[in-house]
Amino acid sequence: MGPLWLLALIAGLSFFGFVLGHWKSVVLSGKGRSTLAARPGYYGAYVLIWTALPALLILVALSIAKPLLVEHTVRANLPEQVLANPTQLSLEVSGVEQVAAGLKLASAEELENIRIGVVTARSVFARHGLPLGEDVKPYQLIAASALNLVADGLDTAVDIAVVAALAFGLIFAFVRIKPRLRARNLVENTILALLIGASSVAILTTIGIVLSLLFQALQFFSMVSPISFYFGTVWDPRFAAAGSSESGQFGFLPLFWGTIYISFFAMLVAVPIGLFSAVYMAEYATSRVRSVAKPLIEILAGIPTIVYGFFALTTVGPLVRDFVAVPLGLGNSGNNVITAGLVMGIMIIPYVSSLSDDIFTAVPRSLRDGSLALGATRSETMRQVILPAALPGVVGAVLLAMSRAIGETMIVVLAAGVAANASLNPFAEMTTITVKIVNQLTGDLEFTSPQTLVAFALGITLFVITLGLNVLALTIVRKYREQYE
Amino acid sequence: MSAVQSVTPFETVRTPDPASRPTKIHTANVKVTYGQKQALHGVSIDIAEKAVTAFIGPSGCGKSTFLRCINRMNDSIAGARVEGTIKLDDQNIYDPDLDVVELRARVGMVFQKPNPFPKSIFDNVAYGPRIHGLARSKADLEEIVVTSLQKASLFNEVKDRLAEPGTGLSGGQQQRLCIARAIAVSPEVILMDEPCSALDPIATAKVEELIDELRANFTIVIVTHSMQQAARVSQRTAFFHLGHLIEEGPTDHVFTNPLEQRTQDYITGRFG
Repeated sequence: MGPLWLLALIAGLSFFGFVLGHWKSVVLSGKGRSTLAARPGYYGAYVLIWTALPALLILVALSIAKPLLVEHTVRANLPEQVLANPTQLSLEVSGVEQVAAGLKLASAEELENIRIGVVTARSVFARHGLPLGEDVKPYQLIAASALNLVADGLDTAVDIAVVAALAFGLIFAFVRIKPRLRARNLVENTILALLIGASSVAILTTIGIVLSLLFQALQFFSMVSPISFYFGTVWDPRFAAAGSSESGQFGFLPLFWGTIYISFFAMLVAVPIGLFSAVYMAEYATSRVRSVAKPLIEILAGIPTIVYGFFALTTVGPLVRDFVAVPLGLGNSGNNVITAGLVMGIMIIPYVSSLSDDIFTAVPRSLRDGSLALGATRSETMRQVILPAALPGVVGAVLLAMSRAIGETMIVVLAAGVAANASLNPFAEMTTITVKIVNQLTGDLEFTSPQTLVAFALGITLFVITLGLNVLALTIVRKYREQYE
Repeated sequence: MSAVQSVTPFETVRTPDPASRPTKIHTANVKVTYGQKQALHGVSIDIAEKAVTAFIGPSGCGKSTFLRCINRMNDSIAGARVEGTIKLDDQNIYDPDLDVVELRARVGMVFQKPNPFPKSIFDNVAYGPRIHGLARSKADLEEIVVTSLQKASLFNEVKDRLAEPGTGLSGGQQQRLCIARAIAVSPEVILMDEPCSALDPIATAKVEELIDELRANFTIVIVTHSMQQAARVSQRTAFFHLGHLIEEGPTDHVFTNPLEQRTQDYITGRFG
């Protein structure tokens, strides 16, 4: 049985277990249900959990273990001279796996023919729609049949184990149902475990990402010193030609400057526009205007950034070049910092406005009333009471928007270009950390050269920057909560 | 502001003041509707100058709504409509020519829940004077703040920590800070919407004492759920019920010898 069949079986039996448990508890209680420790549904769930959970755990554990065991088998059956060449080993293993798949397709007669050498395995496999790149070597055949043997054995073992677990769980739980059984506790604990599991997945993934970044970044720093990376002013990685040991210069500063400069212009656009629209939405707009306008603004957040990117490339960039940069004599490229900043600023308007709007609305009405009752106008109330009360929260919103801007890639590629350049001229081409990460990781690569590993160093640096901003934002937002309580 | 003179379904029972005080606020046939719901059905009352007038009545009787008409705080509620006449010193406050900012400078308000701004104690009191440009110099402003705090009997408790946030004070102190804030603009009338309902008995006693002192300089209208409070602090009492003004008269008269059955029932605790 395949895993899908097993899953179906688990689902079916669990449901059956639920019905069974429910039924037994009802029968046990007779008419006076008050004698039960929990409602019948809990007894049903009790049997369901006992049936499904052990079987599922076994299925998952064995499914994870299977590829490891299979690979181990293959290696054990490969000859010494193949094992001696570690760089080719993974290629060999996948070759054996292909042969094993071919052996399964062939009929018994064909297998016999292959064994005695009447036909080549390659031609037989080709007839079954599995073309191989080269002739099958004898040791591959041996390893492949061992693989098939182990894999089939494992499949049977999984089937047996799962079915046994199902049967045991079902019967065990069913027998254990008594009126005083605390069925609720098991259900509650299972739900708790489920919830903890879900949160751990998110946390563990984050940790995993950071660790993998860190590991590769450390490898990079063993080739290029952190000082020349973080204080270098020239970005010139030189693409790694195969076999050449020449490494370029990995100066982080031009990328950092480009990131900061573009984000600065983005914030220059997004903060005033976002804040003013939030003020209008929260303080002035009637509920009807608000119910229409707010979702419209939030649509901006739903536009894919690549769309912003070509909007910048085809519309904003040429406009800025023809009407501002060229007349001022400051540059003649459609790719420039101003364009990227403008378009990125528009993209993050909804982040600023939506969050700030929520923050303004959270300021208690009594403060507004207090100010209005003293004869303050609405804008005075806004400036002198609401804004100061909401300021920490607004700062938090702005910082969150900023980390969004710093991480943005697509708009920068299309609007500001890919030239690493540290210049004060906002009409110059410039680029950011994220763009260079993409640059270094596209193409035919080997993950051992500094040219590619630098991407991980850039990645972890970026991660630290945005994490710092997020932590700062959260700290401020938390402080803000206590402000007027 | 239509001058519809509809006939009220019943007459408010009125007992004139033995010590006749001049009228500060004159209202005639005030009706308020929120959307479809009518909250006030034609209220007419004259509020005496430099005295405390208490509005009593069960929840939802319209007393707070009426109070909020006097400084036009109902303007900011969507769907609220006010009809009738409300005159402050013979000036119609719903006149389109009247500046609502100026009106609210003359008619201050203290709310049910203390609502100090999240600013320093000093800035809380200085807020109104700054907005209206009442102080010509920094020293001037300081003087206004100190006097207002003194008038609100709060100065001695906070004089060493004027720079600390007003939100850090106790509930009763916060409410007196709000009163000081209202006084700082030198209003003529102070409206108080259940100013003690969020305070403990000791803080309540202090605020009540303060109200009694303020009466010398201000016209005060107070909405309260506590009949004892109305009896203690007010000179005149008005009883509202279901959007009607049932009875109004000198406080001791209303409490000891109510002319209306419903007033009597409410005061003796038979409903409400």
